[in-house]
Amino acid sequence: MAKKTDKKISSWDFSPSPEGISHIELKDKYDLFIDGKWVKPSSGKYFESINPSNEEKISSVAHANQADVDKAVKAARKAYNGVWGKMSGKERGKYIYRIARMMQEKARELAVIETLDGGKPIRESRDIDIPLACNHFFYYAGWADKLDYAFPNRKVESLGVAGQIIPWNFPLLMAAWKIAPALAAGNTVVLKPAESTSLTALKLAEIIEESGLPAGVVNIVTGFGDTGAAIVNHPDVDKVAFTGSTDVGKIIQKAISGTDKKATLELGGKSANIILEDAPIDQAVEGIVNGIFFNQGHVCCAGSRLFVQESVADVVVKKLKQRLDSLYVGNPLDKNTDIGAINSKEQLQTIKKYIKIGQEEGAEMYQSPCSIPTKGYFCPPTLFTNVAQSSVIVQQEIFGPVLTIQTFRTVDEVIQKANNTPFGLAAGVWTDKGSRIFNLTTKLRAGVVWANTYNKFDPTSPFGGYKESGFGREGGLHGLEAYVKLS
Amino acid sequence: MAAFLLSFSYLFLSLILLKKPMNKLKPFSSDFDPLRHESPSVDKVGVEERVARIQTRSIKNESKIQGLKLVLNMIDLTTLEGKDTPGKVKQMCYKAMHLLDAHPGLPATAAVCVYPSMVGIAKAAVKGSDVKIASVSTAFPSGQAPLNVKLDDTRFAVENGADEIDMVISRGKFLSGEYQFVFDEIAAIKEACGKARLKVILETGELVTLDNVRKASDIAIHAGADFIKTSTGKIQPAATMQVTYTMLMAIKDHYDRTGVMIGMKPAGGISTAKAALHYLVMVKETLGDAWLSNEWFRFGASSLANDVLMQIIKMETGVYQSSDYFSID
Amino acid sequence: MSRLEILKTYKIYIGGQFPRTESGRYYQIQDGKGKVIGNICMSSKKDVRNAVSAARKTFGGWAERSAFNRSQILYRIAEMLEGRRDQFINELMIQGSSKANAEKEIDLTIDRTVYYAGWCDKYQQLLSSVNPVSSAHFNFSVVEPTGVVSIIADENSSLIGMISLILPAIAGGNTCVVLASEKLPLCSITFAEVLNTSDLPAGVVNIVTGKRAELIEPMGNHMDVNATVYSGSNADEIKKLKELAVQNVKRVKTYNKKWMNEESQDLYMISDLQEVKTTWHPIENIGGATSSY
Repeated sequence: MAKKTDKKISSWDFSPSPEGISHIELKDKYDLFIDGKWVKPSSGKYFESINPSNEEKISSVAHANQADVDKAVKAARKAYNGVWGKMSGKERGKYIYRIARMMQEKARELAVIETLDGGKPIRESRDIDIPLACNHFFYYAGWADKLDYAFPNRKVESLGVAGQIIPWNFPLLMAAWKIAPALAAGNTVVLKPAESTSLTALKLAEIIEESGLPAGVVNIVTGFGDTGAAIVNHPDVDKVAFTGSTDVGKIIQKAISGTDKKATLELGGKSANIILEDAPIDQAVEGIVNGIFFNQGHVCCAGSRLFVQESVADVVVKKLKQRLDSLYVGNPLDKNTDIGAINSKEQLQTIKKYIKIGQEEGAEMYQSPCSIPTKGYFCPPTLFTNVAQSSVIVQQEIFGPVLTIQTFRTVDEVIQKANNTPFGLAAGVWTDKGSRIFNLTTKLRAGVVWANTYNKFDPTSPFGGYKESGFGREGGLHGLEAYVKLS
Repeated sequence: MAAFLLSFSYLFLSLILLKKPMNKLKPFSSDFDPLRHESPSVDKVGVEERVARIQTRSIKNESKIQGLKLVLNMIDLTTLEGKDTPGKVKQMCYKAMHLLDAHPGLPATAAVCVYPSMVGIAKAAVKGSDVKIASVSTAFPSGQAPLNVKLDDTRFAVENGADEIDMVISRGKFLSGEYQFVFDEIAAIKEACGKARLKVILETGELVTLDNVRKASDIAIHAGADFIKTSTGKIQPAATMQVTYTMLMAIKDHYDRTGVMIGMKPAGGISTAKAALHYLVMVKETLGDAWLSNEWFRFGASSLANDVLMQIIKMETGVYQSSDYFSID
Repeated sequence: MSRLEILKTYKIYIGGQFPRTESGRYYQIQDGKGKVIGNICMSSKKDVRNAVSAARKTFGGWAERSAFNRSQILYRIAEMLEGRRDQFINELMIQGSSKANAEKEIDLTIDRTVYYAGWCDKYQQLLSSVNPVSSAHFNFSVVEPTGVVSIIADENSSLIGMISLILPAIAGGNTCVVLASEKLPLCSITFAEVLNTSDLPAGVVNIVTGKRAELIEPMGNHMDVNATVYSGSNADEIKKLKELAVQNVKRVKTYNKKWMNEESQDLYMISDLQEVKTTWHPIENIGGATSSY
């Protein structure tokens, strides 16, 4: 921005505006939520949950082993056979509605905990994660007594016990995506949150306990990969639902290959965000920012590969850089923070590794000159230009605030480049011309296509990928299919 | 016969040339001309999202005090009524210079904004202060008058001491696609302004779409506007964040192309301190701090000043205020 | 003196051509009395590769055909099947069917083809949705074909166990590579001859014959195959296919149905090879202060 000599103030900056945390109730130590009770892990082991924005310990969380998982699956089976599997859809629905309402009433607390535990800006947890999580329960609650309408000419039955493993990028929202449809369809649940973000799932367990949901219908077991493996491999689990990396998804797919377990996998992505020359450029720039910097880029459907038509490439990149400079990176609890903390030290190292690779590959890097807290895990928003389709940073999922920018000349060229990836989760298209939008949205091989928008989510809207981005859908009518048996 | 054919084809050719078909693209090239090129398209839902995001900014403590004082200093205190009298105008001018005498250290407003007939009165009333005189002109608010009347209107205001002229564009002509007419009219008024700065009112409430707002902004800027302004205050909706954002982006693109700064004035409908602060955030995050002075940003408002004053006093005393303690004009 | 019969070599079907296997290997099948009834290609993994290439090449074009056109082509297949009814009955009987069963199988094959021909332009409406999102966006989900599908046909059926898998795949816009029954392969190639005269674009259906033990692997692990469909109940084969699928996250669908039942055909077999794509676009002036209602 040009300096003007005659301006009356040198700058006008926002004073810190942190969300209060005095109303937050967190225990020093969390046990496992099994069969409606809080039980100690059989190993006696706990691990620490760290606030990634200041590296301070928030709480200790139980590490469930195979024996604990077995206990949880047994409780889920008992609840399925004894109560939940037999309950009328109408009654099931009311329980789910009640949970939804109780979550809403605790929305502020959940938002703050999500931000403390995971590092995402309070603006996002308050305005996006938590409301969407509540709404997801509301949406599926209403399905519980209407399942007969969902699949024409078929009888709908529940599957039994669902084992669910969720990632750290949207902890409570992913729990909602998994639990709500499972319960609506009449299944019981054993859910494992990610080790770095267990707390909101445990708060949800408290809400579930308070809601009077029959014991064992939802069990929350915290832990690491071994805990997840115990769920996946448990012989009495009928359904595995996983959201996470493609690598782990493949391990799971292999682990259940000799079984009849039904599975849905929501895996990685390297989604293309395509800007055509007739796009509403300023809104497209916002869409690019929202596409890659939402949740620090920890988004499986992040628009991490930007394609800009050559005739507008210069102006888009220029505007993008200017916009980057106006983003606030810092304390996730500050209401004005746009980009919070990277979720964990390991993830920050991964991101830094890719940034290094990008530089070594000869790509041109731009990082916004924002100040970054000295403590905690932070990464400034980063752009790479002068990259090629064959660059590592263009091909691999970075899962951080790092955008690669490629240019293209024709629509056919960009369709080919966008589809030239093992992934197929999402894509964005920006153009003013309707017929061109439909050409692109039809030919892009991805499960979600945002036209003239990006990173929008809704409980009614099915989400999930093509190709190595996984299979099955979550959300909407299509999301029910993952939790029912049709005959 | 040949001569006839020749002249006929000449006529035909000149018709084609006169038609000047829009060049679809090039909205960002250095030779951008809104009469020849399409303006960048604007997606309304995207603008609404951006604005909503700006409205989540939390302005507290020192930044709030600083921002509120800035807002006061950016106000064009306005009276534009058929029943305006010298008495009313003089009282308003006094208020502009003395927003709250009980509280020293507060700035004056940027200007007072009146009809041409009141310019002389106002000029005398603010004598010796920094408060500028802005006058609406060009058959405000409808603009439905011949060009010579509009020019006379403008010259009259300038001759009586107006520092700034707030003209209206011919919305009817704009909506019927006569962009050249709109452009020429603005250019003519600009010439008539002399040294006075020209604010061009688009009356966005009548342009309806953001695409139209963007186009009109580009035309006004290219025709010589020093400021572009949303509204007369006589049509609803008046200033909105969405419309202002769209106009700010036109200013930004012009600046990026030419290095020339254009001012912005949202007018009408901004009556709370909170809303005004959000406008400042928007300016900061689009054009940058350089525009955060009354040389480049104004609020056209009549009741905003008192709400800002009440907020300032509340922040200092911790007590919510009553309008009984703040003069109404 | 009786006439010497011409033994037919059953060639494989790739990209609308009938090549011999590149392996140069053949196996013979015999009828119940031990009489040789045909020479069958023992396809190699390179044949599978060629078939996948052909299927991939034609996928975009087939998926983009209008639904009505796909329907017309499937109906045309039914017409051509009807014309070869006697040949299929004969082949089924050579392979051990009773006449009544053979007649039933070809009739059901023809009827099932008509059934799926009818689905071509209808399943989309049943499987798609308009989603009432809370924001100012129009949001809809449509189904699109998964892509290239490898089909392991039922080992115990020459015709119906194969076409019951092929039809829902191609009705839904997928292209496929089919491994025919090893011991009952005759009808597969005759069916290919039907396809080849039915306006079906080359490469939409490709059929290879050969040893299951050799070919399940290349059918299951090819990185350019998006889904694998299996009919049967061999747990080892199923596990193997599921494991092979992991490398590129293939969708694996296994069926253990009595294909001779009229009911063994439905919308959900089409849906099993569809991906759901959800599209969002802003809607101006919905729910805002400037709504023009």
